[in-house]
Amino acid sequence: MIHLVYLARLRDALGTAAESVDLPREVSTVHTLLAWLAQRGGVWTQELAPGRAVRVAVNHDVALGDTPVRAGDEVALFPPVTGG
Amino acid sequence: MGVRVQVEDFDVAREIAQLRAGNAKVGAVAAFIGIVRDLNEAADVRTLTLEHYPGMTEKALATIVAEATQRWDICDALVVHRVGRLEPTDQIVLVAVASAHRGDAFAACEFIMDYLKTRAPFWKKEATPAGERWVEARASDDDAAARWQR
Repeated sequence: MIHLVYLARLRDALGTAAESVDLPREVSTVHTLLAWLAQRGGVWTQELAPGRAVRVAVNHDVALGDTPVRAGDEVALFPPVTGG
Repeated sequence: MGVRVQVEDFDVAREIAQLRAGNAKVGAVAAFIGIVRDLNEAADVRTLTLEHYPGMTEKALATIVAEATQRWDICDALVVHRVGRLEPTDQIVLVAVASAHRGDAFAACEFIMDYLKTRAPFWKKEATPAGERWVEARASDDDAAARWQR
């Protein structure tokens, strides 16, 4: 089980702020997690399509496509940041 | 070194006084203050709401400050970033760096701000008479941060 957090515009677009999910065996990295979530269809497929600007953090650290995702992790998905 | 995320406004003079209090090695303080404008895509911004990712924000800011400390010879640094609902003319962010000489203070202050813009998890949502809209990230901010990569 991992804890997923959606932030800012992405949370609004997906209509959910957070969820806990059991990972299927084929999901072991950020890249495979995004591909798996994109299979949900509708806004998920739209927002998480390859080429969309989605940033990911695993346990509060910026993650890349090959960053491992393991049970117990907090994984956040968000658009490019606009602070300052 | 300090980072703070807060709803309340900040007093620049007081923050800088605290930053260099009792430290006679400090010969320079450079500070950047970001302010909310009424103009983004159009000149009709009424309010700006700042969202962040608690837990990651503080960690990301501390990492940026630590990197600045490694690159330049600085005595102390402070980042204060506001969240919540702000209006045009409100202060939004303060970056202050104290060092022996101005060169390190100027460079570290600009570096921290450029990295904050592209790496710290904050998002702005503008309210206009036509409704609310999330502010889009700017490529020019990525370019500014990329200047510092060796």
